[in-house]
Amino acid sequence: MKLGNLWRHLAVAVVAVFVVAACGSSNSSGSASCSESTAKTATSASACGGTDGLIAAAKSEGRLNIIAVPRNWANYGAIIDKFTATYGIPITSDNPDGSSQDEVNAVQSLGTTSRAPDVLDIGKAVTLANLTLYAPYKVSTWDDIPTAQKEATGLYVQDYGGYMSIGYDSAKLPAITSVDDLFKAEFKGKVALNGNPKQANAALNGVMMANLAEGGTPNDISKGIDFFHRLKQAGNFSPVQATDATVKNGTTPVVFDWDYLNATHGADVPTWKVFEANNALIGDYYNQAINKNAPHPAAARLWEEFLYSNTGQNLWLAGKARPVRLAAMVQKGTVDQTAAANLPKVTGTPVFLTDAQATAAKNYVVAHWDAAIS
Amino acid sequence: MAVARQSLYRSRRIKLQLFRGVTFLLAAVFFLVPIIAMLEFSTRGIHGERTLEYWRSIFSYPDLVDFNFGPAPTAAIDASLELALVTSLAMLVLLVPTMVWVRLKLRRLSRILEFICLLPLTIPAIVLVVGLAPLYNHWLSTYVSDSILTLALAYVVLVLPYCYRALDAGLGAIDVKTLSEAARSLGASWFSVMWRIIVPNISNAILNATLLSVALVLGEYTIANNLLYNNLQVELVHLARANAGVSIAIAVASLLFAFVLLIAISLVGGRPRRMRSEAVTNFGTGPVQGSAG
Amino acid sequence: MTKVGRPVLGGRRLSLDWVGTLPFFVYVLLFLLLPTAIVAFGAFFDANNAFTLDNFAHLSRSYVVKATVDTIGISAVTAIVGATLGALLAYAIVTGRPNGVLRRLVVSASGVLAQFGGVTLAFAFIASIGPAGFVYLFFQSHGFDYYAGSIWLFQIPGLVLVYLYFQIPLMVLVFLPALDGIKPQWREATESLGGSTWHYWRHVAGPILFPAFLGATLLLFANAFSAYATANALINQGGPVLAQQIAGALSSEVGAVEPGFAKAIAVEMIVIVTLVTIGYSLLQRRTAKWL
Repeated sequence: MKLGNLWRHLAVAVVAVFVVAACGSSNSSGSASCSESTAKTATSASACGGTDGLIAAAKSEGRLNIIAVPRNWANYGAIIDKFTATYGIPITSDNPDGSSQDEVNAVQSLGTTSRAPDVLDIGKAVTLANLTLYAPYKVSTWDDIPTAQKEATGLYVQDYGGYMSIGYDSAKLPAITSVDDLFKAEFKGKVALNGNPKQANAALNGVMMANLAEGGTPNDISKGIDFFHRLKQAGNFSPVQATDATVKNGTTPVVFDWDYLNATHGADVPTWKVFEANNALIGDYYNQAINKNAPHPAAARLWEEFLYSNTGQNLWLAGKARPVRLAAMVQKGTVDQTAAANLPKVTGTPVFLTDAQATAAKNYVVAHWDAAIS
Repeated sequence: MAVARQSLYRSRRIKLQLFRGVTFLLAAVFFLVPIIAMLEFSTRGIHGERTLEYWRSIFSYPDLVDFNFGPAPTAAIDASLELALVTSLAMLVLLVPTMVWVRLKLRRLSRILEFICLLPLTIPAIVLVVGLAPLYNHWLSTYVSDSILTLALAYVVLVLPYCYRALDAGLGAIDVKTLSEAARSLGASWFSVMWRIIVPNISNAILNATLLSVALVLGEYTIANNLLYNNLQVELVHLARANAGVSIAIAVASLLFAFVLLIAISLVGGRPRRMRSEAVTNFGTGPVQGSAG
Repeated sequence: MTKVGRPVLGGRRLSLDWVGTLPFFVYVLLFLLLPTAIVAFGAFFDANNAFTLDNFAHLSRSYVVKATVDTIGISAVTAIVGATLGALLAYAIVTGRPNGVLRRLVVSASGVLAQFGGVTLAFAFIASIGPAGFVYLFFQSHGFDYYAGSIWLFQIPGLVLVYLYFQIPLMVLVFLPALDGIKPQWREATESLGGSTWHYWRHVAGPILFPAFLGATLLLFANAFSAYATANALINQGGPVLAQQIAGALSSEVGAVEPGFAKAIAVEMIVIVTLVTIGYSLLQRRTAKWL
């Protein structure tokens, strides 16, 4: 025991020497050192001793807590591995199947403890409802991000997005050319949503996609509800939760989902095709935010720098998601050409819901969904 | 007379064997077909060919197991096994003496005890965790410990409904009062009444309660996940996100793992106590068929 | 904690018997009653932490009423059917060799399956008897289409069938110890007194087993009542189960989160199970008289 303690003290001392050395070296380059309290309030890398100071501080924190990012979601598995390989900082990934609200609930209930999530990847409605939980931070590539896609102080910033789509197994079903094709007899009991629209963003936007295709407007989702009501009556709507396994096994051969998620089913079903309706192109982006009580404030900021770097953005792109700096990277020629070419092709004018439209849609769905499909 | 009785026994035995055969056959079909379907799916490649690729990828995953047992397990299987052990022991120590005591001295408390033990089941785990979160995040992790093993405190509560019922059925089948009074009158202490009279006589009930609590802990997901602890099931969900084949291969592997572990427990826990119970009290919990055959 | 058995001050006259149950009740107070109280308390507050009764008023929403009725129905049916079939299976086990391989296998498997649930259990049924499962394809190719009317696996009858997959094994485990207590000598005694098999079950074994059977049925009811993940995977739309409505109100990411309302549904569930438990106590007292 005593010997073990001795070793532990020695290890701590060695780490401390390195940390001091690291901070010292960034001092010598003229910027401030990055203590934990500095990191907690740093609104840019330069406030934390520049990129080198940030890296050193993040390494001395020694860990990063992330939440609700399953490995097959927008290529997060590769992003996690690359971050750890680059900086040697292990990542604790919690609640892989959690929703955006679960992320916020964890931030609130874990408070200042060491297990609280450091960073969040959350949908729009949840982002806007919890503005007091985040720390503002501007990544070094801040200027590449379109103004409409970031909060002015960096409280939250859009990270990646995509368009609503219908994925289907072309070996078992006729080609889909319009949303109304789903009423055909061949689709009996086969059409599923990714989740319940009262809870899941992807499912709510699936209903909105049907709504737009049926001539509805972004302000009024009732035609979308009516679409699924008729689909249910025709016997074509399946209430089962679509998972990788139900797709591969053929129980849910037609799924409404984000195109970057639908595209991943191709790995299990080679004949899987993704249909995007040009008259119903609904898009949405997720947001990054840093927990203001992050137990690893420097690592959290380094993670953001990594995500918005060319490497991070190209990894999302390889996962068929559209990173927020895509346009700027195309222009500068730093984009991964192959990955960009593999993106699902879309034509038509994309619709992005305003906050008011999203709220109206949510309220209508919560009140009418269960009755429409049972 | 004796001949008539013997033929009665014979026809009854045939009927009984028929009943058992049909029951086990139907049960086997009902319970095995879904498992076989999962096995089939987990070995099916993307073009319909047979493959063990998904099964192989389970064993190349680093965070699952590293056999670092101790107060701060680093891998998910280690943590879940330790949790299963701690939870089962704590459950038995807490529940068995209390239930016996209530049967002996406080009969009027039995309904309350039964209701309290059922209570954890009335609240879905997703809500119970809302009530547990402040305890864990403000009290336990600050003043006691941040270790994943603190989950055992909640798990003991989760297993109460099942273990109470199994133990109650066992205690109901023996005459606790007569047994313990007899032992007391012969000068036995309460401790030895408990340990040498009651426990051996309800060994099957104790075994079943233990199996239930071990299985529950190994399969628990919601509480750990929402308190942001990565136990076996949470880690398996991470791993399952590789692809569809892996997700089902893992599910079957996890069931098999629990099954093998429970068999091992039943082998260790079953036999010796029974022998002792028959030796000490001649109150064996023999089966109906026992002497009829 | 093993001190429990020792009378602390000896004499019964002091009536300190309750002290023996203290460790248990203190534990339960901390880790069960306190969290439950926190949840129940939260049902009286709105999103701004102001006192309100609205959360309970919302229980009258049509989808919550429907889910309440459906959940009680599903729980009752799976409890009664599960208890009956489980008891038969347990009887088949107990009439075999007490330490036989078969018994060990079935008991261990029951332990595993009693705790099996969620997305994977739903998928196990989808992959076998579901509309793309091999059992269905086999029957269909032989001219029997059991989904001709509708795909009932993704409706309440399907949920009942899938629930039985964990209810029956649970019954086996909690009912076996009661069956173990039945002595073969009792049957011989009944017969030597001229009693028939019916007499034996009606007047000897039945009355002894019935309280355990009833208690186990109650356990199965509560077990099905709070199950969530299996139902959510199988019937993801329409939320036929109360726990699904709770999950929706707790973790909706589209902005429909109502934590107070979720807790009010939880209180409703506790009240329902309390009522069922009271009914069970009355029934047990009744039957104790006429058995």
